[in-house]
Amino acid sequence: MISFQKVTKAYSPSSIALSDVSFEVKQGEFVSLVGKSGAGKTTLLKLLLAEERPTQGNVFFEDQDVARIPSSLLPHLRRKIGTVFQDYKLLHSKTAYENIAYVMEVMGATDAEIERDVAGVLEIVGLLNRSHHYPMQLSGGEKQRVAIARALIHRPEVIVADEPTGNLDPYHTADIIRLLVKINELGTTVILATHNKEVINHLGKRVITLEQGKVVRDEERGKFIL
Amino acid sequence: MFGAALKRVMRSGWEKFSRDTSSSSAALLVMVIVLFIVTSLFFLQGIGSFLITSLQESVDVSTFLKDSAQEEEIVELKQSLASLPEVKEAVYVSKEEALAQFTERHKEDQIILDSLDAIGQNPLLASINIKAWDTASFGTITGFLETTPLASIVQNVDFHERAPIIARLSSITSGVRTAMLAGSIFAGLIAVLVAFNTIRLTIYSSKEEIEVMRLVGASNMFIRSPFLLQGIIVGALASMITFILLVPFTLFLSSKLETFIPQFNLFEYFMSNFLVILSLQLFVGIGLGILSSLIAIRRYLKV
Repeated sequence: MISFQKVTKAYSPSSIALSDVSFEVKQGEFVSLVGKSGAGKTTLLKLLLAEERPTQGNVFFEDQDVARIPSSLLPHLRRKIGTVFQDYKLLHSKTAYENIAYVMEVMGATDAEIERDVAGVLEIVGLLNRSHHYPMQLSGGEKQRVAIARALIHRPEVIVADEPTGNLDPYHTADIIRLLVKINELGTTVILATHNKEVINHLGKRVITLEQGKVVRDEERGKFIL
Repeated sequence: MFGAALKRVMRSGWEKFSRDTSSSSAALLVMVIVLFIVTSLFFLQGIGSFLITSLQESVDVSTFLKDSAQEEEIVELKQSLASLPEVKEAVYVSKEEALAQFTERHKEDQIILDSLDAIGQNPLLASINIKAWDTASFGTITGFLETTPLASIVQNVDFHERAPIIARLSSITSGVRTAMLAGSIFAGLIAVLVAFNTIRLTIYSSKEEIEVMRLVGASNMFIRSPFLLQGIIVGALASMITFILLVPFTLFLSSKLETFIPQFNLFEYFMSNFLVILSLQLFVGIGLGILSSLIAIRRYLKV
């Protein structure tokens, strides 16, 4: 489904974020990317979302070379991937409900579909009673749950989560990871970038370890080893 | 489908405007000031043109006719003068009319009236008073009077005495016109730049928001439309506010201005041109709103 083939990303000759990275992710997999800060996890996800282009090599999403997708068609790629970020990246001027509905509006859903699905997904993430609150009125954990609901709403094929628990306490961290596992069990591929040792060891799923831009370990039931 | 999309765009544009109150009101305030300046420039042009026209209208050249001139010769000369493209108006003043006007003008001055009586007859000459469309063309008209076959009935033309004043007036009016135009363009340009930058800053504060919209797969048009609509709302609302503010403003200024320019009423000028002014404001306001939104947002849509 997703394939990184000999990917190198250099911002300058002295600043190489990724070097000769190759791996594949199958449909329905739960893959964790681990590594210290600056190991290249975020760059890797940016390449998948076509926010950056590889200096060398190719990134394929469903047999499509991501770097060759014309910019006018990039929204179509991004609609197949749900994204969750450490800093939530919610639209501040919209309520929790509207943040989630926005993605469906982008997809061209009708008002009736939006009303039905958003209520459903808010229930899944346990925020039905907070739906008309603005992001600034929500706690960190609640914001992240809104972000996950937004990433889920259009039933994407993949969910990419970049340090989703980075700003959360252990209680909310467990909450968010439970949600991601549940989403994965329903058939969505999940790629989780994190440096939270407990999360990785608890998951017991595939772990790709990055070090200074290189893949140093790729294990089916991996542990957090740095 | 299209109707639903349009409704959605309208709603999101209105939400953008009404929820982001600090930047919306900043943009609105600046836009009102800009439109006020633009409209004031329009008024200044109006006042300037009025002054120039009334100044030019007060300038005329008199062609004094010899006492021996025959009625039909005078009529012919008057007609040929009136047919010149440079001539706006040619009015014949007979000896009797000239005397009546002179007496009326000096009715308070007994010495002059007594002197007139002492002469015993009408010393004034009949004349044709000429007004030109443009003061600069008096030279051509005088040239015509010197070369026409009827030149023999002309005693003298007072253009030659008044030529230096008329020439100066011409150069002043054309100078004022140019200065007014250049000033208006300059002030207008500054106002436009200020409005443009304010809207750009408003959109700059939404930079992160635009990035998020892109990441969740929104197309450029989908991202752009609420910003465009916000620009349109700001422009249209600012036009309305400025227009409403102009009513008391022109009413107040009219009475003050009438002391200096008695024949010019600013409020009446505003009312008689209100469609032009409203269109100008809507055009500038909405145009600026759309253009600056489009240019500003283009920078953030590139990735």
